[in-house]
Amino acid sequence: MSKPILLFAQPGSSKVNKTGSWRTMMPVFKHKDCTDCRICVTVCPDACVSGKDKIYNANLDYCKGCGVCAYECPVNDIDMVLEVK
Amino acid sequence: MKKLIEGSMAVAESVKRCRPNVVAAYPITPQTHIVENLAQMVADGELKAEFVNTESEFGAASVVLGASAAGARAYSTTTSQGLLLMAEVLYNIAGMRLPVVITCANRAISAPINIWNDHSDAMVIRDSGIIMLFAEDAQELFDMHPQAFKIAENPDIMLPFMVNMDGFILTHAFESVELSDQKLFDEFLPKFNPALKLDPANPITMGTLAEPKWYMETRYKLHETQQEALPLIQKTAEEFKAKFGRWYGGLIDTYRLDDAEIGFVAMGSLIGTLKEVVDDLRAKGEKVGVLKIRSYRPFPKKEILDVCKGLKQLVVFDKSFSYGWGSILQNEMRNCFYGSKHNPMISGFVVGLGGRDIPPSSIIKAYQQTKGKEILDEFVDVNWELVGVRR
Repeated sequence: MSKPILLFAQPGSSKVNKTGSWRTMMPVFKHKDCTDCRICVTVCPDACVSGKDKIYNANLDYCKGCGVCAYECPVNDIDMVLEVK
Repeated sequence: MKKLIEGSMAVAESVKRCRPNVVAAYPITPQTHIVENLAQMVADGELKAEFVNTESEFGAASVVLGASAAGARAYSTTTSQGLLLMAEVLYNIAGMRLPVVITCANRAISAPINIWNDHSDAMVIRDSGIIMLFAEDAQELFDMHPQAFKIAENPDIMLPFMVNMDGFILTHAFESVELSDQKLFDEFLPKFNPALKLDPANPITMGTLAEPKWYMETRYKLHETQQEALPLIQKTAEEFKAKFGRWYGGLIDTYRLDDAEIGFVAMGSLIGTLKEVVDDLRAKGEKVGVLKIRSYRPFPKKEILDVCKGLKQLVVFDKSFSYGWGSILQNEMRNCFYGSKHNPMISGFVVGLGGRDIPPSSIIKAYQQTKGKEILDEFVDVNWELVGVRR
C-alpha cells in the first residue's frame, strides 16, 4: 500500500506560495503627493503593501493587482497600469 | 447483553463504546435520537467526550474537522438538509485526510419538504472521497461503527467514513440488539494516533493552497486510497466476525444467490424485505437471490462480478435518482458489467422515494413485470393519475 498524501505544510505557506503571477493590472506608487495616511497599507487584502516616510510599495511577489489601494488613495498617488512582460 | 432497543440508541451505544473524544452535531429528524442519546451519555458521565452542540451542521462538521486535525477521535451525525449543509466541509475533511466518522440517517431532500427515508442525501456527497457503507439493521449498525473508526483511522487510509442507516425504518424501529462489552470494543479498536496533528509545539498547516501543479496528485490519491480500502473493508469485517462472532458481509453480501438465475440488488434496510420476497418466490420454485451492496464507496466491482457469474438477470431497487439521467444504483450496476465477459440483463426500479412504503407485493409485481424483460428507471407504485401522465 502506498501512503496517502497528507496535505500539510510548514507554517507560513502564504509566504511560500507566490501568487503575483495571477495579476494583470499592477499598482504603480508615484511617491509624489503621498500624505503618509497609510490607507493603502491598511486596505490591501493581501497585506503586501509596506513602507514608511511617504515611500510605500506593493510586494509584487504577492500583489494580485486588485486595485483597492489605488481606488482608496485619497490623493490619487497610485496608478493601476496593465502589466506587460 | 441482548436488549430491545431503538436503532438510534444502538448507534449511540456503539459510538459510546468507540470512545470518541469529540462529538459535535445539530439535531435533525430522523437523526435526533442519536444526538440526544449521546448528549445524555456525556451529561451522565458515561462517555468522557467533549460534546459540542453547534449552531448548524456546517458548524458541527467544522468542529469535527478541527478536532480530528488536532488528533481527536471525532464523530458527528446528520441527515438530508443537514448533510447538504455539511457538504462543503465534508469535501474538506476528505481532502485533508481526516478520519471523521459520520452517521447519516438517510432521508429525502426538499422540496417538497419530506422527512422520510430515501438515499438522495447520501448521493450528494458520493464523489467527495468519503467511504460510504449502508447498514441493513440495528445490529449491523451497532457493529459497523467500530469497523468504521478502524478503517478510517488506518494510517494507509485516513479518510472520513459515513455509516448510512435508513431514516425511521432503522432509526426509530425497536430491534433486539446484542450490545457487546466495552472490553471487546477496546480490543478491536486501537487508540487513534495520527502521524500528523495540529500541535502548537510543532506547528503545521493543513489544507493549504495547492496550485495546479500539486492539486491533481492529491485527487488521484483519493481514488487510489478508496481502491486500497476495498480489501481493508473486507478484512475488517472478517476481524470483527472473529472477535464478535457476527457477520453482515464484507463489501457485499449475498442471500440464496449461489444457484439463482435472477438477483435482486439494493442497499440498506430494503435487503430485509428482499430476503422475505426471495423466500416466498423460492417456495414457488422461482430461482431468485439477493445481492446486498454493503460498501457503496469504494464500489466493489470485482466482488460483484464474481458473485454474479451464474446470473441471467439483475433487478436493482434504488432509493435515489439522478434527474435527467436515471436510477443511480441501476446505472452504476450496468456500468460495472460493461465490457465484462458475462453480461446479465440489468433492470432498475426506483422505490421508496420520500418514505413511500415498499411492501413485498410491490417487489413481486416489479419482478413479474421485468422477468426476462429489461425495464429501466421505472418508478414503482406511482399514482399516474396524480402525475397526469398517460401510460
